Amino acid sequence: MTFILTAVLVLGATGLILGLVLYAVSRKFKVEEDPRVGQITELLPGANCGGCGFPGCAAFAAACVKAESMDNLKCSACKSEVMQQVAAIAGHAIEVGVEKIAVVRCSGSCQSRPRLRTYDGARSCAVAAMMNGGETGCFFGCLGCGDCVSACKFDAIKMDPETGLPVVDQDKCTACGACVKACPRHIIELRNKNKLDRRVYVSCVNQDKGPVAKKACDVACIGCGKCVKACPFEAITLENNLAYIDFEKCRLCRKCVDECPQHSIIAVNFPPKRVVEEAPAAPETAPVETESTENK
Amino acid sequence: MNTFKIGGVHPEPNKLTAGKKIETLGLPQQAVFPLSQHIGAPAVPCVEKGDVVRVGTKIAEPGGFMSASIHSSVSGKVAKIDTIVDASGLRKPAIFIDVEGDEWEPSIDRSEKLVLQSTKTRDEIIECIKNAGVVGMGGACFPTHVKLCPPKECTIDTLIINAVECEPYLTADHRLMLEHADEIIIGIKVILKVLGIDRAVIGIEANKPDAIELLKSKTSMVSGIEVMPLQMKYPQGGEKQLIEAVTGRQVPPPPALPANVGCVVQNVGTVFAIYEAVMKNKPLIERIVTVTGQNVKKPCNLKVRMGTPVSQLLEYAGGMPEDTGKLISGGPMMGRPLLDETAPVVKGTSGVLLIPEKDAIRREERNCIRCAKCVQACPMGLEPYLLATASESGDWECAEENWIMSCIECGCCQSTCPSRRPLLDWVRLAKNRVGGIIRARNAKK
Amino acid sequence: MAQKLYITTSPHVHCGDTIERNMRWVIVALMPALIASFMVFGLGSLIVTATSVASCLFFEWFITRVFLKKPSTLADGSAAITGILLAFNLPSNLPLYMIVVGALVAIGIGKMAFGGLGNNPFNPALVGRVFLLISFPAKMTSWPVPHQFTAYADAVTGATPMNLIGQIAGGNTAAMDQLPALKDLFMGGIGGCIGEVSALALLIGLLILLWRRVITWHIPVTILATVAVLTGIMWLINPVLYVNPLYHLCSGGLMLGAIFMATDYVTSPMTPKGMVWYGIGIGFLTVVIRYFGSYPEGMSFAILLMNAVTPLINNWCKPKRFGEAVK
Repeated sequence: MTFILTAVLVLGATGLILGLVLYAVSRKFKVEEDPRVGQITELLPGANCGGCGFPGCAAFAAACVKAESMDNLKCSACKSEVMQQVAAIAGHAIEVGVEKIAVVRCSGSCQSRPRLRTYDGARSCAVAAMMNGGETGCFFGCLGCGDCVSACKFDAIKMDPETGLPVVDQDKCTACGACVKACPRHIIELRNKNKLDRRVYVSCVNQDKGPVAKKACDVACIGCGKCVKACPFEAITLENNLAYIDFEKCRLCRKCVDECPQHSIIAVNFPPKRVVEEAPAAPETAPVETESTENK
Repeated sequence: MNTFKIGGVHPEPNKLTAGKKIETLGLPQQAVFPLSQHIGAPAVPCVEKGDVVRVGTKIAEPGGFMSASIHSSVSGKVAKIDTIVDASGLRKPAIFIDVEGDEWEPSIDRSEKLVLQSTKTRDEIIECIKNAGVVGMGGACFPTHVKLCPPKECTIDTLIINAVECEPYLTADHRLMLEHADEIIIGIKVILKVLGIDRAVIGIEANKPDAIELLKSKTSMVSGIEVMPLQMKYPQGGEKQLIEAVTGRQVPPPPALPANVGCVVQNVGTVFAIYEAVMKNKPLIERIVTVTGQNVKKPCNLKVRMGTPVSQLLEYAGGMPEDTGKLISGGPMMGRPLLDETAPVVKGTSGVLLIPEKDAIRREERNCIRCAKCVQACPMGLEPYLLATASESGDWECAEENWIMSCIECGCCQSTCPSRRPLLDWVRLAKNRVGGIIRARNAKK
Repeated sequence: MAQKLYITTSPHVHCGDTIERNMRWVIVALMPALIASFMVFGLGSLIVTATSVASCLFFEWFITRVFLKKPSTLADGSAAITGILLAFNLPSNLPLYMIVVGALVAIGIGKMAFGGLGNNPFNPALVGRVFLLISFPAKMTSWPVPHQFTAYADAVTGATPMNLIGQIAGGNTAAMDQLPALKDLFMGGIGGCIGEVSALALLIGLLILLWRRVITWHIPVTILATVAVLTGIMWLINPVLYVNPLYHLCSGGLMLGAIFMATDYVTSPMTPKGMVWYGIGIGFLTVVIRYFGSYPEGMSFAILLMNAVTPLINNWCKPKRFGEAVK
């Protein structure tokens, strides 16, 4: 009996003393933290992706509280409502930003961009980009080793085994920009998400002269400039043999899409076009749910 | 016999062409001269489309202090200045020349006669080497005139001639020594004069007894030049390893240079080029290239004009075998893969190696089993397994702390890894990134 | 172009070494000890070894294929080695179900739970062995006396040299007379675990491993040297209580541990300097446990303890960098 009693007493006493020590220490060394930092941290996604330029969500929250305004502070992984709340807690005003999404600007699938050789080194675009032009004749396009996939903290980008190109899941993408940074070929761009997720963009970054680009890839932009002329809003510029659609100016009219002889301008999430010559009965179907990298 | 102390491996030598005399390859139809054939700034073209050039005409000027000029190796008309994919695998600007006839610059001495003496002063010699566009012929292509002017604060006492040729398969230097020993010895004397010292050591691996014999007999009457046979071990031809093997001195980690330990290292090919530049007034327009491989019909050592497409060399060697899996410019340990056979021969092309498909494919990568074989093999005393892991996870600080910038990319680690990890691929990536970080940091200061 | 070329950075050749080759030679190097064990303990040693190997292979296959749905890793030979090493650390009359449990712990907890070959912090065979030692102390510490060829469960057990050394150190100097001759210890012919009977057979294994460059000399030599030096000092101080260091070298699991268990690739340090410190640590702990611990044999615990500090050793003991000295 005394045996048990001693054990209970000793253990209890130890627990009590240690508890008191812990309490005393935590009181003595308590770090005074602005409660708003904790509140903001809870709102943030907590993926610590570093897209904001701070070493993690908590650091970003602290920076928000400390800063004079929210000018250079933006969690690209948060929805704009969340950023509003963050700004409110931190006591700053904020303009409503436009939601963005990562867009892969390369359509050089296995069919359209023939593989001339086999890359057999470490599975990393960064390594491949450092040593050579990749498996195809295109020195600008996707290398297909999936650095963007491993960079994505939100599981929003996947390699399509059929095309060998990355595909962005528009529901999961938070436009944090990690893939943009990871891509050694700078193929991925953050573009406006737009209404109904409809986007028009040049799906090519090849700066070669027309014939060279065309030889390397069936859907390469050859810099012919037809789209520039077709655009009624002056949203398209041509530089280094490459067309670029300014997403701020683009009004999604899709005139350029029809004009492009190489089919390198892509329109996603639009209802399929009615073919005029055919019977007018063809009903307009609902917008396509998933993003496709193919034009038609 | 001497050798370096840390690490090293013993790959199969496979010197298939050691007994093959140097043959001269015919002129190409079109010669291509990439503007960056050397370390440093690319050269700047000084000809335009349509210009007529002769053999030995300068077609590009150095683009800075660390740069080298480029000369036409053919006579003809400049067709265009465009881009070409060279051995780096990337597209580089290059001058294309359509060949017409074979007309040489009259200033070049084309006779076979040995020129023993020159009245040129030190500065004239350096100017001459610079004008001839001579670069290190071992593969790194460091502009030679820069290397021959070591920093003032370093006292040089030894010139080391790199005749090791530790890369398997390659025999270009070996043949050059056998067939042009006299020229090489005169070249060594020229360099000694430039450096103002009187001691030169020819470091040569023991697997070339005929060359050792020949050079020993030729140098027995020359004071100051010593032939030192070295134990066979890869990468003995690495500059730092060779200095250690010959003198026992270790070059401190970058940014230190061999000059900091009183040594200047020159490849035998470079020495020959210096001889031709100084004594014959002939710019660097030709080099010896070993065309080899297990299944090559006619492996050979060829004297090739710069700018000749690799396809022409392959044709001479009996064509590209059906089962070729890899086409490499250089040796199997450090050579660079060619994307196709249109790439031209440049100043650093020491060999063209064809690897059969069955040997070319890397085996599937497995987990690191921490066998420490890479640590034992590394000649720089690094931990490749750790550096590769740091690189994979993007931990550049860890890589820098563990001396990644010391890596000489010799490939010992990867060639011994039983798990077949692409260690060097990752280490190169990290080296590239860490190098960028260090440069940015220095720029800030 | 006729054929598609492969492109990779250098090096383009490989020395041909594989995980399988290394593991195969370890198995070959273990064979002399197995043969010696068969000569001494008879069929029991084969039954235990076969059971242990079979169950290790089964568990590895089961976990990779059924749980992880990955390609089987049986071919790399590491599971077979774990099986043999586990058996070598067991008495030759252990009930079969205990061996299966030991194999499950070794493969399941010791290895696969950490992500398979290359990721385990502790030597899997020793994890299994220590688990059995703690769970079934009686069975695990009664070793059959030699030369009972067909006996298994009914084998007669007796004291091993390790028990005796412990007793002598404890003050029972009379036990000194019961110690077997050194020759028997060296050649094999004393009681103990399956793998540790013959120091000679284990040394042959060491030579095979060194010859095939599977391991380097650093770990085994430093362990044996440390044990010899420490026990030698104690012997010189008091030869009545402490036995000749040769007894320590040739008895118990010291040779087996130093040659095959401590040199396990995955759990040993990466640099030569680290390997030396690791060896010294194991040797020191072994002597301490043998003389002052409650178990007569300390090798397993010494190796596991040093396995735990291997990451630290890797951090502290960096190889000598080229050019470091002339900084």
